[in-house]
This record gives sequence, structure tokens and C-alpha cells, in this order.
Amino acid sequence: MASKLTTSNRAGWGFALPGFGLIALFIVIPFFFAFYLSLTNQRLISPNPTEFVGLSNYENLLSIGVLTLEPERDDAGTIIRDDDGLPEYPRVRSFTRNNPDFPQYAGMQEWFRWQSGDTAKVVVATDVVFWKSLWNTVKFVLVVAPVQAGLALCLALLINQRLRGINVYRAIYFMPVVVSIVVVSLLWRFLYSPDSGLLNNMLQGLTFGIFEPRDWLGNPDTALGSIMAMSIWQAVGFHMVIWLAGLQTISPMLYEAASIEGASKWQTFRYVTWPGLRNTAVLVLIVITMQAFALFAQIDVMTNGGPLDSTTTLVFQTVERGYGKQDISGGATISVILFLLVLTISLIQRFLTRER
Amino acid sequence: MKMRTTLGAALLATTGWATMAAAQTELSMWYHGAGNPQEAEVLNHIVADFNASQSDWNVVVESFPQESYNDSVVAAALAGNLPDIIDVDGPVMPNWAWSGYLQPLQIDESTIENFLPGPKGYWDGELYSIGLWDAAVALVTRQSILDDLGLRTPTLEEPWTLEEFNAALDAAKESGNFEYALDLGMAWTGEWYPYSFSPFLQSFGGDLVDRDTYQTAEGVLNGEEAMAFGDWWQGLFANDLAPGTSQDPAARETGFQDGKYAFSWNGNWAAMNIMNTFEDTVFLPAPDFGNGPKIGAASWQFGVSSASEHPDGASAFIEFALQDEYLAAFSNAIGLIPPTTSSAQMTENYQDGGPMAVFYDLTEAQAMVRPVTPGYVVQAKVFEKALADIANGADVADTLDAAVDEINADIERNAGYGHTE
Repeated sequence: MASKLTTSNRAGWGFALPGFGLIALFIVIPFFFAFYLSLTNQRLISPNPTEFVGLSNYENLLSIGVLTLEPERDDAGTIIRDDDGLPEYPRVRSFTRNNPDFPQYAGMQEWFRWQSGDTAKVVVATDVVFWKSLWNTVKFVLVVAPVQAGLALCLALLINQRLRGINVYRAIYFMPVVVSIVVVSLLWRFLYSPDSGLLNNMLQGLTFGIFEPRDWLGNPDTALGSIMAMSIWQAVGFHMVIWLAGLQTISPMLYEAASIEGASKWQTFRYVTWPGLRNTAVLVLIVITMQAFALFAQIDVMTNGGPLDSTTTLVFQTVERGYGKQDISGGATISVILFLLVLTISLIQRFLTRER
Repeated sequence: MKMRTTLGAALLATTGWATMAAAQTELSMWYHGAGNPQEAEVLNHIVADFNASQSDWNVVVESFPQESYNDSVVAAALAGNLPDIIDVDGPVMPNWAWSGYLQPLQIDESTIENFLPGPKGYWDGELYSIGLWDAAVALVTRQSILDDLGLRTPTLEEPWTLEEFNAALDAAKESGNFEYALDLGMAWTGEWYPYSFSPFLQSFGGDLVDRDTYQTAEGVLNGEEAMAFGDWWQGLFANDLAPGTSQDPAARETGFQDGKYAFSWNGNWAAMNIMNTFEDTVFLPAPDFGNGPKIGAASWQFGVSSASEHPDGASAFIEFALQDEYLAAFSNAIGLIPPTTSSAQMTENYQDGGPMAVFYDLTEAQAMVRPVTPGYVVQAKVFEKALADIANGADVADTLDAAVDEINADIERNAGYGHTE
């Protein structure tokens, strides 16, 4: 049963050891440690002994329910409506606080609601902030992964030409990657500033003053979008370089053959370039997905998760709870959930992009 | 021959120096003020004086930037590397004392009997930390603004009421001379929120946590008074009276001087710059929202770590630093409020008739410490988020309920934080 890995391969193992050792020390062991912590009530600092609490950390994070609200009726049984004709509902807190009739909703908060007929369905969760940060993270990944990968590919195609001074462009596109993300975030905070930000000024100039200045990061509707745009811009250069490396492995002979056959530009791209980039595409997509799930620095510097939790993310919550609120077990629980999430998605991506 | 004598003298001198140093036991000290040369100069001066004044102890200071100071102490405590003397932010002290980072000071209480209450750090009936200064917050404006708007100048004896304060803000808004009536400093995230805004809540009659037991926030942070505070707070932003959470930090620093705001809720550390800009700057006391006017108390303080093998020496240093001349030196260097009347008289700014003496009176009359509990660290974070959310338009009752739940869950997870009846 001796395989190549075990027979007279001491040198091989020796070379692999530093890498394996570091990965084990800083990634594998901390993961198992986090999993262990998520089953306890460990605090960052506390004189109280650590106790096993089973799955209650997971229960606190994940408990979710749907509460059906009947509209308020007057004595005659007609629905009370407000000035806009919408039915009025009892407050959610009358069900979730000190109400012995609804023990299943105790301590829950409203996440969102929708109408069905005259009743309102309210989704309530014990930890609404966690659900919001999960949803924000997913939105971020869903937008950033395809847009950033696509934009990076366009840039790579543009700079994959033999032109005078092309290296200057390559350097310019790559520059944001080299600058620290904290610095970039601070700069963009100025760009987005509601008072005298560059973005507002530029848009006003371009539209001859029709554009109303906005509070980009202070408005829940635009905050996450603003951070997406900035994040895409910041890391696009890195993925451009990976695409570029992929492009340069495609043999020039294939392009010559295509031009002899009379292929159009689009056909060349579709049938020569794109198939040649297959492995690069898988790599870029998986890397961007993982990076997007780890969104933290931009949030920490630019919005602190606000306004109204519209930009809070899983990693931000992990740090906020584990370190800020000294709740290491709570932070560990989120990071375990995040790990399982990223693992699942990476496996799905691998499956969908497998060699057929 | 001459050469030899010099050498001998030098040898003698070095050995003499070495034995003297060896006789002094070294005490390490951590300080949060790295990057501030004036502050470092005063501290180094005190340390040098102390080291020269006796032959038992030799204090060595290591400074950290304020942003990473608390993290460094926590990390050092986890790793068992705490120095002998640490400085600690007043409201955080109970957490560190409860966690076992600090030991009670061995200081004769008579030395501090004349101190303002804010700088004295008591936990569980024992003195754990003592501050060389305090800080205060005031409503900064100009006499000319008050006159233009036709407003009464409030005094310590007769501060503005809620109605008067609201009327003042409305008048400033209607005058059209300002971008916003009131600059609260929403750009300063972090401890500024609980430090400077929780006194509003307390003046309304609410609080972060029930101070009788420190076991619950129910009814205190989401009671009627707190709801009234929340509604008022939300109104400030909904009615465009104050810039919200996305206030530009630069506007916070210089906005008042640039004439953007009629009033600025700001600390004594910013007072010098404003006074230099406007000759008619006035510092108004906090309004009385119904339960007495309040401002926050307690700033950075000195304590002795539990890891110290020489708490007597560490305490001796702290006691040494409490002399009036050093209290005055800190105040002169960085504008902080000296903690005793006698030291205040030795400063340029806080002596009777001094330009900032009003802050001393404010502290004496209105100051209230933040909840003295190890759970404060978490409660401050929860409160900060609740204030930001309400300012951004979140439902007041739901937000305060959520804050109460989070605070109570945290207290429960920490087995009541060691408060005993």
C-alpha cells in the first residue's frame, strides 16, 4: 500500500513541513478551537469559569419565527385604518415582551414584515442583527463576485495589447491593490462625504446642478451599494492581473488560426479566449467569493455597520462581539457558521465548474 | 598617570551608578498617551522627580497610542505580562478590577479627600484607581449668538429647561444663519456617545442600567423617561436640528469656528481652540431635562495591576504624582480639569476668573459617573448603537427594547458581574 507520499520521500515532507505547520497552527487549530469555544460561554476576560452551554449559542443566533398580526378592530369589528387607509396593527413588542401567551416569541425582535390581505406577517428573530448581517454579506457577494470578475476581465483584455506605455496603465489599475485597504477606505469616506465630497460635487457639475447632493454612507439605501462600488474598484486590479496571466498562457497560434479562418472579434473571444480562460475563471470566482465573504475593513472604517445595520456583515459582527463586547463564544459561533457557509458555496462552485 | 586617574574615576562612577540602580527596584508603567509630546513631557517629569526623590523604586514608562491601549492591556493580562502601574479609563476600571487585572491602591484616603468625585475610582468599596484630572462637557456658543437669537443666558443655578433648550434650537434653525443649530459630535464614534449623551438620558430620568442592583436595564433604558428621551433625540435629527451619524469628522473639529453651528456640545479639551477663535465664547451648563442637569465624569486614572510584586512601590508613585504641582502641570499642558481646588488655583485656565474655570464649576455641580459596573464595557457599546439607530430613524421603543434585551442577556451570561447585595 506504500504510495509515493510515504516511501523515501523525506525531503518532500521536509519541504512541505513549514507550510503545513503554519497552516495547521494558524488555520486548522484555530478553527477547531473556535468550534470548541462556540459550545461554551467563554468571555474575553472574566473571573467566572468557562462552562459548556451546548448549542445555546447557535440557538440564540439562529432562532427565527413568523408572527401573524391581525389588524386592530373597533368594537363593531371593523378594521381600524390610518389616514392612508392601511390597517393598524398591534405592536410587535406586545407579543414578544412579557407576554406569557406567546412564549415562543419571547425576546424576539422584528426583522421585516409583509402584508397578506389584511393580516401582516412579521418575521421575528432573537438576533436580528445577525440575520441582517448574513443578508448583507450575501447581497455583497452576489453583486461583487460577478461584477468584479467581469470588470477585471475587461480591463485585462484592454491592457493585453502591445501598445506604447501600456505598462503605465497596468500600474495605474493595479495601484489600489497595493495601497492599504484602511487608507483606501478613509479616502473613499471623504469622496462620499455629504458636505463637500468629491462624488457629490462631480455629479452636480456634470448635471449642471440638477443633482441633489446625497449622504451616500449615511443613507441605508445607498450605504451598502457605495461600499460595494468602492470594494470592486479597490480589488479589481488584483483579479485583472490573474486574468492577464491566464490570457498570456493562450497560444498565439490559436489566434492566428482564428484570424485565418476569418473569425470576428466576438467569435475569437467566444471560441478561443474564453475556453482558454476556464481554469482562471474558476480560480478568480472562488477567490473573489471568499474575499467578499470576509468583508470587514471597509465596514469598520467607513460605517461601523450602520446606518440601521444596513452595512453590518458577518465578520464585522464576529469582531464586534468577540472583542468589542468581550463575547468570544458569540464571535466564535458566527465564525463557525461563516466557515460552513463559505465551504458549502465553494464546494457548489467547484461542482458546477468541474471538468465534464 | 593622569589617564589612569580619569579611567579610575570613570570606573568608580560607573560602579557607583550601577550599585545605585541595583538598589532601586524597577517598576514598569504603561500609559495611553503616546503621540502627545506635552503629555509625555509632564509624565516624564513626574517620573524623573519620583525616581530622584527616593532610592527604593525606579519607574520606567512605556507609552501606547490611545486607540490600541485597552487592547494591549487585555492582551497582556491574558498573556500574564501586565506592568506594575497601568492607567485605565474611569468607566472601564470596574471591569478590569472585577476581571482581576487591578488590585486596590494602598493610598491614604486623606490625601484624596479634597478631590472631585469623578477622578476617584471605587469598586466594591475599595479605591482601585485615582485620576490626576477630570474632563467636562459644556454647550459651547457665543454671547453674540445668544443675543441675536434673543435667548436667556443659562446659569448653573438656573440652567435651560427642555422647553427653553428646544426653543433655542428652533430659534437658531429659523434664523437661517447656520447649517445646523446643534453640533453634538456624532462623528466621534466610540466612548463619546455614552460619555456625553448618556447624561441626557439620565437628566430625562432614565439610565443605562438600574443602579440599585446593576442586574437589569428593564424599565430604566426602556421606561417612559427613556422613551421620552428617545423621541426627543430622534427629533433632533428628524427636524434637521443636528447633523447625524454621517457628520464629517472635519466639520466636528472646526465646524463651530466656521460658523456652521449655533451650539456645539463639546469637551473642555476643545475649549482652547474655540476661545482663540471667538472672544465672546461662552460655555453653557447642560440643560435640565427634568431630573437635574447632568454631564459625564471620570477620565483616565492610575491603578496598580494585580501582577505587580511591588504594590507598595506602585502606590507610592501614584501618591507622589497626586501633588498639586503635578496636577496643575497636567492641566496647563493639555487643558484638563485639575481635581482639587488648590491645584486649580495653580493653573492658568482654571484659577478663579480663569478662562476655563467654568468647567471646574460644571464638573463640581453636574458631573455624574457612568454606571460603576464591569458590564459597563458592553452597555456602552449597546447604548452607542441604540443612539445611532434612533438618530437614523429606527423605532424608538423597539430599539430601546433590543438594547435592554442585549444588556440583560450579557449580565446574565456573566453571572451578574459580581455585584453583591
